[in-house]
Amino acid sequence: MGVYIPVGPQHPIHPEAILLKLKVEGEQVVDADVDSSFVHRGIEKALEHKTWLQGLYLVERVCGICNVAHSTCYTLNVENLLGVEAPTRAQYLRLVVEELARIHSHMLWLGLLAHLIGFQSLFMLVFRDREKVLDLMEELTGNRITTAYNVVGGVRRDIDPALEHRVRSTLEELRGRVKRYRKLIEEDPSVRARTVNVGILERSEAEELHAVGPVARASGIKYDVRADDPYLVHDEVPFNVVTLETCDAWGRAMVRVEEVLESIDMIMYSLDHIPSGPIRKRVPPVFKVPPGEGIARVEAPRGELFHYAKSDGSERPYRYRMRTPTLANLAALVYMLRRGDRAVYVADVPVIFGSIDPCICCTARVFVLDERGSRVLNLEDLGRSRGR
Amino acid sequence: MKLLTRLVNWGRSRSLWVLLINTGACNACDIEVIAALSPRYDVERFGVLLKGSPRHADVLLITGAVTRQVRDRLLRIYRQMPEPKYVVAVGTCAVSGGVYDRCYNVYKGVDEVLPVHAYVPGCPVKPEAVIEAISVLRRVIERGEFNGRGKGG
Repeated sequence: MGVYIPVGPQHPIHPEAILLKLKVEGEQVVDADVDSSFVHRGIEKALEHKTWLQGLYLVERVCGICNVAHSTCYTLNVENLLGVEAPTRAQYLRLVVEELARIHSHMLWLGLLAHLIGFQSLFMLVFRDREKVLDLMEELTGNRITTAYNVVGGVRRDIDPALEHRVRSTLEELRGRVKRYRKLIEEDPSVRARTVNVGILERSEAEELHAVGPVARASGIKYDVRADDPYLVHDEVPFNVVTLETCDAWGRAMVRVEEVLESIDMIMYSLDHIPSGPIRKRVPPVFKVPPGEGIARVEAPRGELFHYAKSDGSERPYRYRMRTPTLANLAALVYMLRRGDRAVYVADVPVIFGSIDPCICCTARVFVLDERGSRVLNLEDLGRSRGR
Repeated sequence: MKLLTRLVNWGRSRSLWVLLINTGACNACDIEVIAALSPRYDVERFGVLLKGSPRHADVLLITGAVTRQVRDRLLRIYRQMPEPKYVVAVGTCAVSGGVYDRCYNVYKGVDEVLPVHAYVPGCPVKPEAVIEAISVLRRVIERGEFNGRGKGG
């Protein structure tokens, strides 16, 4: 028994194309499945045709919201393979921009949560404050969203004292606003009614499903790549890994808001302790990378981002692979929707779906079937058409 | 042009309800379009309203190069929209394929699939550019032009 309801690919709750297949009995969801193939563009394959430097600009466009995380991860990976290390000042500047991007992403998410639960005035307020962060991004990097700030060997622009002062004063102002939003999420009855005990994911389940990022941290798992495997200068900049034990959508909102405050502190500390010096080591525009494999991990706003590169010694990657945080969290999402021990109502689906901060353009995956549609092709089969 | 037609066109140009759809963009254009609806840019002062259903929408804002997987769904959404309908290609990849030029799974621009009335270049577009596109579209509608450029529809 039960009726199948397709949610998507075009749906008011999310502009991105994703299909949630829900099986419902009355008001309750009994089964769920996800199809995230609609925006698959084939970026990993296209990277094989680009030089390592051109690849950087394509990798940034995997995801518009976490583009800084992607470009940080890519440059770290290529720098490891090349044996180049960015100067310390550049690493601090990368951290500043990474944390600014985290603030902007989390505030965007908070606005979308407000939109999902029908709290339009909170949506408008959060988006108004988010514009301040985007202004800082524009002044610091030259663009509001897709910044192209990181390059192999360092960063593109330096920060001057006047801009540093503006960053500080804007963030101080923002801190007050975010504290107000934290209080609002803690106390506002309409936010609590829609999020508390919605989308339960217990700690053991989150561990088993390998949830990452704020989803895992709201289930009490103290895991953050910045703390567990420090990559830029995260071992020098102190910060707290925010965890909560509430295991629900409300907890995920609180974790993200607290992380915004942590990020503000991290940027302030970085600006205090940033050393002087060069911001970039010159690397020629077309360079060959020695044969070998490399990985890099970065804590993107949505969780752990993982890049793998394989070089055959040429000026183009042989294989590039990305594992994005939303892909890791989709399993948790499906589990949250179809868990048998608690009732999940159709009206809560947007909030549960939104609570993992889905970013489908990162996540789009497809199977390639052979002509009869009977067999899923693997990498070796596809390699035959590689042409190199 | 008859007075009544001019009046109708004037009315249409001042209440554009838009539907935002991502057909393979990287989300950056989507969040910039949403930012254009937020208090600082506030396109609602031009009568623009973001709608959730194609049946309520006059304008289709398409972000992203159209992927093969999403093409049929996009056409279906387009057919669900009531006449007269307008299409805006938002972002460089919706205009020409942009950075996804050599990807095996994308069309080079929305106008390979649908007729387009306004192009907004930029990677990502700025909210100001979205406002500019809307004001261009208003002039186009006031003049009573309905045919976009490109195939299909």
